[in-house]
Amino acid sequence: MTRHVVIVGAGPAGLAAATAAVRAGAQVTLLDAADQAGGQYHRMPLDTYETKRPRILERCDWWPGGAVWALERHDERRPPRVHVISGPDGGTRRRHVLEPDALVLAPGAHDRTLPFPGWELPGVFTAGAAQALAKGEGVAVGDRVLVAGSGPFLLPVAASLLAVGSHVTAVLEANPAATVLRGWTQSPWRLAAQAGKAAELAAYAALLARRRVPYRTGRAVIEARGDGRVEEAVTARLRADWSVVAGSERTTAVDALCVTHGFSPQLELPVAAGCALRDGFVLVDEDQATSSTGVYAAGEVTGIAGAPAARAEGVVAGWVAGGGSPARLRTVRRRRDEGRTFAVRLAAAHPIGRRWSGWLRPDTLVCRCEETDYGTLCRTADVSARAVRLATRAGLGPCQARICGPTLAELLDTNPHDRPIISPIRLGELANPPEEKESTP
Amino acid sequence: MRPIRISLDGDPLTGSDGQTIAGLLLAAGLRSWRRAPSGAPRGVFCGIGVCFDCLVTVNGVRDVRACRSRARDGDVVTTQSRAEAP
Amino acid sequence: MGAGIIGAACARELALAGVSVTLLDRDGAAGATTAHGEGNILLSDKGPGPELRLAQLSRRLWPAMVTDSVPGDRAEWDTKGGIVVAATDEGARALTEFAAGQRAAGVRAEPLDPCALSAAEPHLTRDVTAAVHYPEDAQVQPAGAASVLMHAALRAGATLRTGCEVLGAVTWKERVTAIRTTEGVLEADLFVNAAGPWAGELSRRLGAPVDVRPRRGEILVTTPLPPTVFHKVYDADYVGAVGSDADELQASAVVESTRAGTVLLGSSRRAAGFDGRLRPEVLSVIAGRALRLFPCLSGVPVMRAYGGFRPYVTDHLPIIGADPRLDGLWHATGHEGAGIGLAPGTARLLTDLVTGRAPEVDAGPFRVDRPAVIPRGAE
Ligand SMILES: Cc1cc2nc3c(=O)[nH]c(=O)nc-3n(C[C@H](O)[C@H](O)[C@H](O)COP(=O)(O)OP(=O)(O)OC[C@H]3O[C@@H](n4cnc5c(N)ncnc54)[C@H](O)[C@@H]3O)c2cc1C
Ligand SMILES: Cc1cc2nc3c(=O)[nH]c(=O)nc-3n(C[C@H](O)[C@H](O)[C@H](O)COP(=O)(O)OP(=O)(O)OC[C@H]3O[C@@H](n4cnc5c(N)ncnc54)[C@H](O)[C@@H]3O)c2cc1C
Ligand code: FES
Repeated sequence: MTRHVVIVGAGPAGLAAATAAVRAGAQVTLLDAADQAGGQYHRMPLDTYETKRPRILERCDWWPGGAVWALERHDERRPPRVHVISGPDGGTRRRHVLEPDALVLAPGAHDRTLPFPGWELPGVFTAGAAQALAKGEGVAVGDRVLVAGSGPFLLPVAASLLAVGSHVTAVLEANPAATVLRGWTQSPWRLAAQAGKAAELAAYAALLARRRVPYRTGRAVIEARGDGRVEEAVTARLRADWSVVAGSERTTAVDALCVTHGFSPQLELPVAAGCALRDGFVLVDEDQATSSTGVYAAGEVTGIAGAPAARAEGVVAGWVAGGGSPARLRTVRRRRDEGRTFAVRLAAAHPIGRRWSGWLRPDTLVCRCEETDYGTLCRTADVSARAVRLATRAGLGPCQARICGPTLAELLDTNPHDRPIISPIRLGELANPPEEKESTP
Repeated sequence: MRPIRISLDGDPLTGSDGQTIAGLLLAAGLRSWRRAPSGAPRGVFCGIGVCFDCLVTVNGVRDVRACRSRARDGDVVTTQSRAEAP
Repeated sequence: MGAGIIGAACARELALAGVSVTLLDRDGAAGATTAHGEGNILLSDKGPGPELRLAQLSRRLWPAMVTDSVPGDRAEWDTKGGIVVAATDEGARALTEFAAGQRAAGVRAEPLDPCALSAAEPHLTRDVTAAVHYPEDAQVQPAGAASVLMHAALRAGATLRTGCEVLGAVTWKERVTAIRTTEGVLEADLFVNAAGPWAGELSRRLGAPVDVRPRRGEILVTTPLPPTVFHKVYDADYVGAVGSDADELQASAVVESTRAGTVLLGSSRRAAGFDGRLRPEVLSVIAGRALRLFPCLSGVPVMRAYGGFRPYVTDHLPIIGADPRLDGLWHATGHEGAGIGLAPGTARLLTDLVTGRAPEVDAGPFRVDRPAVIPRGAE
């Protein structure tokens, strides 16, 4: 019987996995909560998408708008059952259950934005939001926009903002130039391997120079101000450990602020599947296999290294999950390993400084949903982290700590990724039994 | 693209087919539409369905992520807070 | 031994009685069962008998306990009252009879006519054959309540040791003189097993096993809503499920809103050992039962599911008292799905027994030396 491979996430990693698994002879079901394939990197307006749909979608069972809301570990010798709700969210999505022979998890990552005073004001966005709105819908989040945070991702975001007509006042990298340079130049003989990525970044840098957008290192947004919406940003110089240099504060008038300090992998699926983690990412072996039987992981959930690396991981995961022989993967494995090296460099060049919390004030919100402030979290007494969260409601609101989780994990000792309900499901949908197993929508 | 009309708390807004509700509201010049528990205004933050800041009620269904839902012609969108009746 | 709500309540009561107390836990305080359930403080689900008497004592003690809190501690005490509804004629007869028995035992149980019911719960289904209002039913946020009790204990002189796991007993002539822990040996005159669902395991380590088992329960949490559910609302089957022995899944609807606006939908009861893996069909059943009571919640998203292990004894009564086999060992555990509500009465009873005061309720039914607690041949 042909192997049935279910792939969750149709970003670069999931699409590559689907292609490889089909090539290996498997029957493939590809799911994505979004109604377009492509994930975060290949985002495009709907009309463009109609003509540029990836061809693999015709060769597999493609479920657009199929969100996995639960993984059920019914038998530790097999991959978990995959519980899906599909259709547009309006209270009437349909429930299905899949029982794959192998499961590939490629849910990607989302921006990690550290809290700062005023970050809850309308007009403060993650850089990814600005990117998604510009690339996906041609919408500019503001006229005068400051882009700040850390990482090479800030460059394409600034480029997309320029393309939709925003004036980008500056791009601020929080890490000092010395940290960035040291990170990128360690073992320079390996840089050549990522020539594509390097050229892409160089092109963005040239564009910013041409459009006279200043790129500054060692400077960060430490406060957003405004009455009901962001009107100005306070920036300051940072030391290598991200402590604020007193007296270096400057105020800039903006109508939008895009801030991202890195990426958080979307770990609720792997955690629900019982996969072991290491250093905050899914632990995978040479074949992208996780510690859970029959479960593979690919893309940003295993490390932040950009789309090419995600694709290489997807190929390995999809091929092996589909029953292909790992021996045939020499070249792509090399590409994958280069990607991992890139991830290490990226992390070294754009770390989050230990002393970032210095810009927090007692009334700075840490949990945006429940409006729990930093002072309240610091005051909590000698009880378990779970009791603190129940008392302060930090991380218990609608986003379920997706945004504040990493910060809470730093402040309290908690696992921020334990979300058995992977994606919200409405009570009426939950009460209905799933439609016949293995059926397609 | 085909133009569409939706309403936000009764006010008509126009956009085009394929836009998300959040994209349409932002393009119409709005920055915030939801109220946090304290009453503070909120709009889009993450843009990709993670933060739940952009929640709206669409055709009577609560807690729809505006950034993840395509606007459809005739959608009746209402803003949310924790205070009023469901 | 164990800093859940039972350990915290006992530490408080003993410390206030002048006993020098150490409260210890292998993890942090109030992080286990106490933080994985609901905080219903109920008389409504208990028929006449020893558990009801303990519940009535506890209900009298609760208000004084939640007022003496320190800033930051929030028990979220709420005397909103409970409403139990039946949906069939047979259910109505059973509920009416049950409520009459409770009234005879001193419980306020007031029948509601359809008009009063829809005024009290406007969004509740109209498909109801009988409804009884229990004004004494109350609610706390259980982990918050446990920390309030714990901080009261600390103020009365108790000390807290977290990250300290009990491994075994040091005994001398049928008496436990000290316990071995991951943090070294601790001596005391008296040791209280308040290890919740792990009380069985702990008692085995100490050499005097009691039969306490885990009974899995799950709860669904909705996104925050504007006020929709005003009391604690249960279907009458709840009463049956609590006292039942069946191993297979049972779910009865318990619907209540929290101060944050979320609605908690409970809860299941099943024997699954300590297996905490998610079972979607269990969540489905809970959702279905809750929607029978509140059909208007159908479009509301569930954002979280969580669960814990109720510490239960096969005769469904807690264990409170001295272990007849090992001097110096006491137990305060086995409260199943009512440990939050019963914590104050349990602590008071234990302290009365320890200090030789006359107990306010008969301790006999909770004694350690009963067939359900000490398995035959284990002595
Ligand atoms: C908002 C944003 C914008 C970005 N833009 C760029 C850019 O312009 N250029 C660039 O170089 N890099 C960009 N990145 C980085 C980019 O994410 C990665 O380089 C690359 O896309 C990672 O690929 P992936 O396949 O691992 O994950 P992704 O591309 O993130 O794909 C993951 C997919 O999984 C789906 N998914 C997640 N959970 C579930 C679930 N429970 N059920 C069903 N489906 C699920 C998601 O809907 C998503 O489509 C961006 C990142 C973010 C967060
Ligand atoms: C789904 C669900 C819903 C519930 N709803 C309600 C309700 O509405 N109302 C109500 O009254 N009750 C309810 N309960 C029951 C209630 O939660 C429990 O009865 C109560 O929390 C038990 O408290 P405890 O202190 O005995 O146990 P726990 O809170 O589990 O505390 C025991 C402590 O002992 C520690 N421990 C264990 N072994 C060792 C060792 N060897 N060394 C050191 N420390 C150790 C543990 O770490 C733990 O902290 C519910 C339970 C569940 C699961
Ligand atoms: S903006 Fe974050 S979920 Fe929509």
